[in-house]
Amino acid sequence: MDDSLRGAAAIVGIGELKPERTRPGRDAMSLLAEAAYLAIQDSGLTKADIDGMIVDPELAVGSGGGYAARMAEYMGIYPTWATGCDAQGAAGVAMALQAAAYVNAGLARYVLCGMGAAIDPAMRRRPPAGGRTETATTEFQAPFGPTVAANGWYAMIAKRYEALYGATVEKRAKVSVDFRYNANHNPMAIFHDTPITADDVVNSRIVADPLHLLECVMPCAGGCAFVVARADVAQSMPHKPAYILGGGLGILRGNLTHVGEITVSPVGRGAKKAFSMAGYGPPDVQVMEIYDSFTITVMCELEESGFCRKGEAADWIQAHDLTFEGDKPMNTHGGQLSYGQASTAGGCAQVTEAVRQIRRDGGEHQVPGPTDLVYVTGSGGAFSQQSAMLLGSEATL
Amino acid sequence: MTSEPAYNKPLPTPSAVSQPFWDAAREHRLVYQRCRSCGTRVFYPRDVCPGPECFGVGTLEWVDSTGKGWVYSYTISYQPAHPGFADDVPYVLAIVELDEGWRMNTNIVNCDHDSIEIGARVEVVWDDVTPEFTLPKFQLAG
Repeated sequence: MDDSLRGAAAIVGIGELKPERTRPGRDAMSLLAEAAYLAIQDSGLTKADIDGMIVDPELAVGSGGGYAARMAEYMGIYPTWATGCDAQGAAGVAMALQAAAYVNAGLARYVLCGMGAAIDPAMRRRPPAGGRTETATTEFQAPFGPTVAANGWYAMIAKRYEALYGATVEKRAKVSVDFRYNANHNPMAIFHDTPITADDVVNSRIVADPLHLLECVMPCAGGCAFVVARADVAQSMPHKPAYILGGGLGILRGNLTHVGEITVSPVGRGAKKAFSMAGYGPPDVQVMEIYDSFTITVMCELEESGFCRKGEAADWIQAHDLTFEGDKPMNTHGGQLSYGQASTAGGCAQVTEAVRQIRRDGGEHQVPGPTDLVYVTGSGGAFSQQSAMLLGSEATL
Repeated sequence: MTSEPAYNKPLPTPSAVSQPFWDAAREHRLVYQRCRSCGTRVFYPRDVCPGPECFGVGTLEWVDSTGKGWVYSYTISYQPAHPGFADDVPYVLAIVELDEGWRMNTNIVNCDHDSIEIGARVEVVWDDVTPEFTLPKFQLAG
């Protein structure tokens, strides 16, 4: 049944750490724990209430199996259901959907979801020495020159997009500029104090042609978490619930090279499920939190999600004001480009920002217009797996 | 006799399934897998066929590629993640689609970067980087 989860669960608590360039001495478990404690307290719950947990495999690197149980023990939480969600940047949305299913299947009443990301090399867990870490795919990538993070892969998407549709950095720049304006109004954003112009983006150095530095996320340390409960349970909790109205994932590839047209981002299938489950369409959306690892990521997701036609995202972006005060408020916290990307917690912070907008708790960056229906996406790998979700206030049920 | 500086870039760590690719590369032959059951052309190497209607296990056979194809996409990389490429920047990382219809990651070499464009015809050239490993790279086809 396609509509089985519509409005059946809600996000009832959120917690996140301000992204920082580095958090010396803090590992991923510690950062997740701090964010989780904030989320549990925001829910008005105690640790003993948390009986379900979904965490990110970042915690597992180099430490073998059992990371969900070890994370629970680390925090002094003893759930009856704990598992991982291996969806990279798509995990924030994917965890929310997975948790919605768990609470409605009776596996748990309050599910804590979250991830932490350490960037200090000394605090990153490493695979065991001598262990085979290379996969069948990286064996055919690394010898030709890996690029920093995913820059090379997204640069090849952007290069091909330019060849097919003609949108160059002059047009992509507005994505970075509008999101930065939002960050300038969010004290939690890492670039809160630094405004930028389109010229700054165009004149920033090229990292991987055609992508310029100010079109790329900056890796940060941080953590993000939220709590999901069944809708009827959520109604008696302290905060206005952010109901999960629909969602889905599109999973296409493990790496960019071998399958499909690379400028087609796989969020389309997730978006179709999300809109069909929720009973809303793109024109109904009032706020968008679109996963923004790079400017090009946003453009392809907007097209595949149905906000504009293929190849028209650059023009769509020029025609709209994406700031929190604009006609198409997007990435109202600054986006990962300007809020900061603490690994998979970056995608999670787009979920928690959606909740904040629905609660109307955005403070200085609260969207002045209606914020009852918010569209959130996630993106993992290089257009490998993407997620889409509609969150809504009680008015959208 | 002068000794060459040691090769300091990442090398493949072949598995049992991928070893034939690197063995052929050492002989300057570009190979890929084709399913004898459904005909699907497969790259990277694996044990099972990913063809849409195929459940073939052990049905993938190595076949020679023409080594000719076209630039599917590329980037000129200015910031390497691996120190071994520090002296190479800017270098070209590309996805090449071979004429048989499969794609691989590679470098485009021996040309002015401005002359590369998506759709350009390319042909394989071999870079014998160590006695054990030869990397397939591509140059613009004359």
